[in-house]
Amino acid sequence: MRKTLAEKILSAKSGSDQKAGDIAIANVDLAFVQDTTGPLTLREFTQAGFKELANHEKTVLFLDHAAPSPNRALSNDHIFLRHFARETGCILSDVGEGVCHQVVAEKLAKPGDVIVGADSHTVTAGGLGAFATGMGSSDIAVAFALGKTWFRVPETIYIMLSGKFQEGVYAKDLILHLIGKIGADGATYKALEFGGSSISGMPVADRLTIANMAIEAGAKVGLFPSDEMTYDYLKVNGREADYKPLSADQDANYEKTINIDLDNLEPTLSKPHTVDNTATVKELQNIKVDQVVIGTCTNGRLQDIEIAASILKRRSRHSHTRLIIGPASPAVYREALKKGYIDTLISAGALIIPPGCGPCLGLHQGALGDEEVCLSTANRNFKGRMGNPESYIYLGSPATAAASAITGKITDPREVL
Amino acid sequence: MLKGKAFKFGDNISTDHIVPGRLAHLRSNLPELAKHVLEDADTEFASKVKPGDFVVGGSNFGLGSSREHAPLVIKMAGVSAVLVKSVARIFFRNAINRGLPVLICDTDRINDGDRLEIDMPAGSINNLTTGRLISFKPIPEFMLNILNEGGLMPYITKHGDFKL
Ligand code: SF4
Repeated sequence: MRKTLAEKILSAKSGSDQKAGDIAIANVDLAFVQDTTGPLTLREFTQAGFKELANHEKTVLFLDHAAPSPNRALSNDHIFLRHFARETGCILSDVGEGVCHQVVAEKLAKPGDVIVGADSHTVTAGGLGAFATGMGSSDIAVAFALGKTWFRVPETIYIMLSGKFQEGVYAKDLILHLIGKIGADGATYKALEFGGSSISGMPVADRLTIANMAIEAGAKVGLFPSDEMTYDYLKVNGREADYKPLSADQDANYEKTINIDLDNLEPTLSKPHTVDNTATVKELQNIKVDQVVIGTCTNGRLQDIEIAASILKRRSRHSHTRLIIGPASPAVYREALKKGYIDTLISAGALIIPPGCGPCLGLHQGALGDEEVCLSTANRNFKGRMGNPESYIYLGSPATAAASAITGKITDPREVL
Repeated sequence: MLKGKAFKFGDNISTDHIVPGRLAHLRSNLPELAKHVLEDADTEFASKVKPGDFVVGGSNFGLGSSREHAPLVIKMAGVSAVLVKSVARIFFRNAINRGLPVLICDTDRINDGDRLEIDMPAGSINNLTTGRLISFKPIPEFMLNILNEGGLMPYITKHGDFKL
């Protein structure tokens, strides 16, 4: 049988031939939690009577959502997680060591892996060809203990990409466009698999941004093949030994194919309060912006900060618009410092926050006030997401965000390039 | 037989509506967190809901985060089932893992405040207020086995492993 990427990986990891619709019990290569889903996972683990992890070197606890912690309750959760790490010998990624999905991409995910995390954006590692998906605390507790989990093998929607991004248009615009087109439940239970002629030159940073948001269309995974670009990325991160090529079989059985020509894409935004509520930036001029956020697991990578710095160079943020920049990991932060991007951004009036989730989930660091408007490079704009149900979140690319920070209103980046 | 009142919500009720991220400091204090259940969709829901009642949603219910706290606080509020037109994947799995049935059916035929009676084995919902019978989609067998044990942890404790 000719297989999709999802069918291939789940067949390999379950040791039996799998096709869409089957139930597979698959070995897990990496399982992780973060600080807001971790405490419940560890309590479930302990209450069920488990003591040992199936594989402590493949189990990670990330302290990134409340990093550093804004209050006593979350600090106590952190103590609980650190203690568990010491007891079991699993990996702890402490406060300041980066957003889980970025660290997984830089250091841990391998093409062909099965990765489960108690965080919905675990799908990010699909950019490296890993079958990576988010689950709840109980599922992860069981994966911690047994080193395996069950999946319904998903049907796959093939996204065929052709053409090239035009000036001012980026991977973020592509994924927002796609979600707007198929809807927030357009891929529920399905795998999204990306292919086509545009893929071969697409850097992994772009692939991670796209895979990261597969969940916003309801997808179980957002999968890319593993190719030379994957090799280059692993090599930069000192992990070329983790490389293996991976692609779907020719004529694999796809539920449907969606064609997108990158040449025709425009800078795109999601409007409040759903990600699929998209519009082109051109359609949305003259909306005043109180806060711009560039960062998160979607767009906090080096190239995102580079784009922001190139637009903000010798310019300033608008006096009414706060500009918050969050490098997704210490590696990104240090590289951005070395290259002078951080200096450029601070000169433009930006506030740099520590590697972590920052304002993304409304816990601290940049919660919005009543009626305030934020333009963020994150992946979610649900009501209340950034700490206040009486505020408005638009999602866009780092370029759109940087351009809007300069003018103080939603702005097409091509106007300032 | 499950019996109770319907609390109707719209489409796209996200996990941020159910347990907002800003309340993450309460996640290790579940009774306190449960007082805020569905707060960003209906500020009064937590005070009105009674044991046995139903949460009735539209399409793509529970989209967003993987936080299992979402179905957990709905269950803690005494809700006996969630009825929706369609459900986000992670929420569905989490709800079943917590022993909370999620039933996929035509919720346009249920109004806020209707009294419902649900026959799980028969797969039918009797809307006692309108007198209409509504059928729901069977829960996939693998998940039904987990639900029937009361959730994933009781299932794993009993079987020691996944059983195909
Ligand atoms: S940056 Fe935002 S979306 Fe990403 S893991 Fe953190 S809270 Fe979740």
